[in-house]
Amino acid sequence: MELYHLQAYWWLLISVLGAVLVFLLFVQGGQSMLCTTHKDYKDLLVNSLGRKWEFTFTTLVVFGGAFFASFPLFYSTSFGGAYWLWMLILVSFVVQAFSYEFRRKRGNLYGTGTYDFLLLFNGLFGCVMLGVAVGMFFFGGEFIITKANLLTPGNPVISQWAPTHGLEAMIGPGLVLGATVFFLARTLACMYFINNIDAGNGFAKSMRIKTLFNGVVFALFFIAFAIMLFLHSGYQQQPDGTFVEVPYLYWHNLWDMWWTVIMLLVGVVLVLGAIGLTAFKDGYRGGIWAAGFGTVAVVMVLFFLAGYNGTAYLPSNLDPNSSLSISNSSSSQFTLTVMSWVSILVPFVLGYIWYVWSKMNNKPLTEKELESDSHVY
Amino acid sequence: MNDLMSVVDWSRAQFALTAMYHWLFVPLTIGLSLIVAILESIYVKTGEQRWKGITKFWMTLFGINFACGVATGIILEFEFGTNWSNYSWFVGDIFGAPLAIEGLLAFFMEATFVAVMFFGWKKVSKGFHLLSTWLVALGVSLSALWILIANAWMQNPVGMEFDPAQMRNVMDNFWQVAFNSVAMNKFFHAVTSGWVLAAVFVVGVSCWLLFRKSNVDAAKSSMRVASWVGIIGILLVMWTGDGSAVEVARVQPMKLAAMEGLYRGECGQGLVGLGVLNPSKQPGDSNDAMVISLEIPYGLSILANHDPKSFVPGIEDLIDGYEVEQENGKTVKDISIADKIAIGKKAQEALKRYGEAREANDSAAMNLAQQQIKENYKYFGYGYLQSPVEAVPNVPLTFYSFRVMVICGGYLFLLFLVLLFISYSRPAVMEKAWLHWAGIISIPIVWICSQAGWIVAEVGRQPWVIQDVMPRGVAISDIGAGGVQATFIVFAAIFTLLLIAEISIML
Repeated sequence: MELYHLQAYWWLLISVLGAVLVFLLFVQGGQSMLCTTHKDYKDLLVNSLGRKWEFTFTTLVVFGGAFFASFPLFYSTSFGGAYWLWMLILVSFVVQAFSYEFRRKRGNLYGTGTYDFLLLFNGLFGCVMLGVAVGMFFFGGEFIITKANLLTPGNPVISQWAPTHGLEAMIGPGLVLGATVFFLARTLACMYFINNIDAGNGFAKSMRIKTLFNGVVFALFFIAFAIMLFLHSGYQQQPDGTFVEVPYLYWHNLWDMWWTVIMLLVGVVLVLGAIGLTAFKDGYRGGIWAAGFGTVAVVMVLFFLAGYNGTAYLPSNLDPNSSLSISNSSSSQFTLTVMSWVSILVPFVLGYIWYVWSKMNNKPLTEKELESDSHVY
Repeated sequence: MNDLMSVVDWSRAQFALTAMYHWLFVPLTIGLSLIVAILESIYVKTGEQRWKGITKFWMTLFGINFACGVATGIILEFEFGTNWSNYSWFVGDIFGAPLAIEGLLAFFMEATFVAVMFFGWKKVSKGFHLLSTWLVALGVSLSALWILIANAWMQNPVGMEFDPAQMRNVMDNFWQVAFNSVAMNKFFHAVTSGWVLAAVFVVGVSCWLLFRKSNVDAAKSSMRVASWVGIIGILLVMWTGDGSAVEVARVQPMKLAAMEGLYRGECGQGLVGLGVLNPSKQPGDSNDAMVISLEIPYGLSILANHDPKSFVPGIEDLIDGYEVEQENGKTVKDISIADKIAIGKKAQEALKRYGEAREANDSAAMNLAQQQIKENYKYFGYGYLQSPVEAVPNVPLTFYSFRVMVICGGYLFLLFLVLLFISYSRPAVMEKAWLHWAGIISIPIVWICSQAGWIVAEVGRQPWVIQDVMPRGVAISDIGAGGVQATFIVFAAIFTLLLIAEISIML
């Protein structure tokens, strides 16, 4: 395959991983609801989420690894530059990893409340800050790339950032996307609980109300983000490698790639339909799947708008020609080819995940199961 | 420049902190997953419920440590980007691939089947549950394989070429990267050391239970299984350790010299079994290297080259360059580090010229510069060094860590031999308090052994992030020292509190 096709293929894989990650953030959304959940249901919620948290965590790690392998200049520029943003994300995931396992163990030194607070911290900051990080794909960062710095004694770093190092993004327009992701994660979590927990009609009813409330707030933030995105200008790479500013670039990208319009519409209909059916149709439990597929479709479209059509997926607000596109930041043709062969295993991995998931979730979680289980959170 | 050095030091400290905490949990989960799989296999084969109980007990401890390993591991992957951004670009084309493959092949396997392992007892068949437990063990080892392939590539960079147009190295042979001889040794050495560590952990916890006269039968059964895993593990560790020494002698002779505190080498070089380094010794001065030492004749020549008469260079030999004709008629030689610095600077100057020629669109000059880069690239990283002594790692830390590792390893070998003898020939001794305490105090010893091993591997290769190609000072990100200091403190606090909580739960 030509380098261009490999770059496009790897951006597709990154988009799939990013989209699946956003879907799996329902775990974080659920964690953010623990503090307002009635104590009778709290352990059910924690144990339901606790059987899935590793998928989200693993997807985040694989997302990072895949980005490193396929677009190392992004890894080098964004992670080292937006230092505080990524550190906050990392800390929030670090504390999640042990909180489930430790929270109710005998000898638990800090008390269950501490770990529940850490889960809340991850639920809130994990979602919002990942949204902010993805927001940088559209709203950019303050950096300059000078590869020749590698030969400059005393100042060898090729990616130089403004001293705020990602703090500026936390209060910028990306925060709207952060809030969108947060309320989407909470909405998905409600649908997941309805699907995965059997705790009587009262529980299901309260989750349906929460689905509606969080779904409406999510929709409002999503509309605000979509307006900001489509009114925003972006940088497009020219044949000589330079970048020019194009007004309404993402709106143009949407129509230039007509299939993204269809994907976006299908995704939005699935998510909104799932919210509506879950909120108003008693007995409906399939919302998580419909909304999940919808979420994956919409997030993939956002990645496509950011990376395809010669668009700079990490625009530099200081020097447009330092912006990153899939063609100037990728690995070599050889490495992308090798990794593409490895990616043939993806369907096999998805296959066994699906098989195990269906085996483990063929019956909803109940209080009775928790009482008889030797491994509970 | 001072701030730059400070950023380098704090970034190193942060990476060392996270790596060492991570390495507290990872070898335990590597070995414990194997032991749990063996225990569950016995349960499935015998059908005895007591084996199921034993399996579940160790599975719970596995779960606690697995979570800690996951928590500390995520930082390491992302730190390559956050703190070593130049590194990420300079070799990301090669280094990123094993990390991505690790995620795809190993992490998903672990995450998927660990759920079956913990929650699937009543949801899947006995056979599928056992398969899941073995797949978790396989996944943990696969994860170690790919991360050690990545680490080994830093110590022995192969399968790559330099692309001056992009100012980075690119992969040109995946199989050389994947089957790097350093990686294979490192993988088996690290994984089998994990078996040993987990075996000691099981023995130590079982001794604690025996001491408290709690779950006595389960503790004795666990000890017996762990002792077998431990003795097989330690024998394999010794074997692969020998292979590692040969690889170090071949690709990182300065590390080997530092491990031995060897300043001037000779043919038939002895091995310092025990010794005290002279703290005032510096390369090039006339002081003796050792205050006192107990030497095994020909030991280092055998260890490094499997030839008792072979030459092993010391630190000063490597700094000054050497040419020695051995008894077998073979001449071994290397140029001085000053020469390597000069060659490295030539490569860097050629790279500068390449950039200027590219801007001027002068293809003839580009070709000439590219040729010069290629001829001199082997020592590219030396061009960043100001003086030859910068190529010398911290000798005392490497020297003493190596001895701590070997001595602790020797003790553990004896421990497993004694335990196996007792458990089969003198079962009554298993009730003795002295045995219980021997088992319990072995827990910190095995962790000291394991950490010392990593210190040898990682401190001994300094100042290189990528051997001979990139020194640590060039690999960093554009962050203030204060920023890295702050995150260092945050991670130190989180990990320390995590460790305290974990120990409290396990007690």
